[in-house]
Amino acid sequence: MKKYEKTIEIVLLISATVATLSVFLITFFIFKEGLPLLLDYGITNFVFGKDWAPTNGKYGAFPMIAGSVSVTVGALVIGVPAGIACAIFLAEIAPKSVVKFLKPAVELLAGIPSVVYGFFGLSVFVPMIRNYILPMVQKWNPNAYTSGYSILGGSMILAIMILPTIINISENSIRAVPIEYKQGSLALGASRFETIAKVILPAAKSGVVASVVLGMGRAVGETMAVILITGNMPKVPGNVLDSVATLTGTIAMEMGYATPTHQKALFAMGIVLFVFIMLLNMMATCTKRKLGGE
Amino acid sequence: MVEMGMSKIITTNKKMKINIKEKLWYFFIYLSALFTLIALLSIIGYILMNGAKHIHWEFFVKEPSSMGREGGIFSIIVGTLYLTLVSIVIATPIGVAGAIYLTEYAKENRLVRIIRFGTETLAGIPSIIFGLFGFVFFVVFLGFRWSILSGGLTLAMMILPTLLRATEESLKTVPQSYREGSLALGATKWQTIMKVVLPSSVSGILTGLILGIGRAVGETAAVMLTAGSSLGLPKSIMDPARTMSVHLYLLASEGLSKEKTFATATVLVIFVVIINCFANILANKYMKKTKVES
Repeated sequence: MKKYEKTIEIVLLISATVATLSVFLITFFIFKEGLPLLLDYGITNFVFGKDWAPTNGKYGAFPMIAGSVSVTVGALVIGVPAGIACAIFLAEIAPKSVVKFLKPAVELLAGIPSVVYGFFGLSVFVPMIRNYILPMVQKWNPNAYTSGYSILGGSMILAIMILPTIINISENSIRAVPIEYKQGSLALGASRFETIAKVILPAAKSGVVASVVLGMGRAVGETMAVILITGNMPKVPGNVLDSVATLTGTIAMEMGYATPTHQKALFAMGIVLFVFIMLLNMMATCTKRKLGGE
Repeated sequence: MVEMGMSKIITTNKKMKINIKEKLWYFFIYLSALFTLIALLSIIGYILMNGAKHIHWEFFVKEPSSMGREGGIFSIIVGTLYLTLVSIVIATPIGVAGAIYLTEYAKENRLVRIIRFGTETLAGIPSIIFGLFGFVFFVVFLGFRWSILSGGLTLAMMILPTLLRATEESLKTVPQSYREGSLALGATKWQTIMKVVLPSSVSGILTGLILGIGRAVGETAAVMLTAGSSLGLPKSIMDPARTMSVHLYLLASEGLSKEKTFATATVLVIFVVIINCFANILANKYMKKTKVES
């Protein structure tokens, strides 16, 4: 009987380690496939090279890195203020009856598949940018041109996609602020808004920052929404109406027809993405820990 | 006297300024909450309004023809169900067993910290990286080719953290007294877990399962690189398959047929909404239960 129980414990322990082993396996295989080319071609050449022409053996991934970064920054500019404000609303202002239907709405927003977001952006944002925003821009810059497939469109859809991440984590950390802080502030004569801005938000800072970093990770790693909207042009963008290719989009598009060396280059791109996401995740964990977290 | 009057004017001025500033901030906060809700409603509404009219019974039971331009999505529904089933059959036992280990057996030591860190990391890896890994490991290295098995294994890795976490959370809500009672009656630890702890956390495990299904159905990038995008009806686990999200992506990116694209998106959205409702109802159920009991 004792032995039987021990065996079960070992089986359970092995199951618990599967996720961790998967991480190792993923890291190992991505690096095994991509690292040789990355080293052969030179990491600096790969990361800062501006020419992406796999058929000619040119693997400069800088345009994609610039593309991913610009779309992500755009998403943060739109999504972070809205997300944090919505979290404040849910945690501090909204009556229970409103929370009751807004909360499931946020959850549903997180549950919608990214390809549906992409399709929505493709059929709403892209024509909107081409037909309405472009003429507005042309009024003071007649040379402006866009096909609609742009950083702007990608940022808009990504901003909506990262809302649930930012709202949920920020809301939790705002709710975790001890009620005494709030009571103390109100008792000193501060208004409700002053209490939120000067007492509650600073106290919840770690969670809010972590939510932004995680939202950033989601935006950088997102594939299907971006691939349908940003136009996939591997050149360094000049303004927000330009088409760009992102790291994720390029991997997904080109993997299907790539020659073996080209495939290795895409894995090298995967390494860049992987390292970037890992750094972001670690940053999120660290801010939570360093600033005291929940 | 004059001085006092002046300072009074200044303070009222300042107060008014603060008031306006506060009002603007509140306006922004309400606007953000409204924005979140409108974003959700317009995405779902837009797709349903454009797609619902193209959905007939035939759309579900007919095979797609001429690259999806004509016919229905029968083989795609079969492929989606098949792939989802394979992934949850693989991931559920591992996830539940791992969660049991972490809540019932593990002591806070280094190994457990590594396991938790690994699980968290796995959850943060973007889907395209899973796709790259699944391609090089399952499709090429293990020789499973583009198949439901390769796709299912990749998806299983992706939903494992969700399952593990949901199960862990629900196991934690089972009152300690249940365990003590069972052990006091002479049951072994494993008997206690199987007959007392697990049955009282079923709804939590189901919630995790449903969320996992939602993620598996919505996933695109990873599935495309591991299960292929063949339109044929899959007959065995070694056959390639096309899921609904992949089908939607290919239709949207190639602009094959507007009505079929909207119809597919509608089916996908309705499915996701149903999944979310289920998860919500279940989650509320076990939240209520634990509230009453604790």
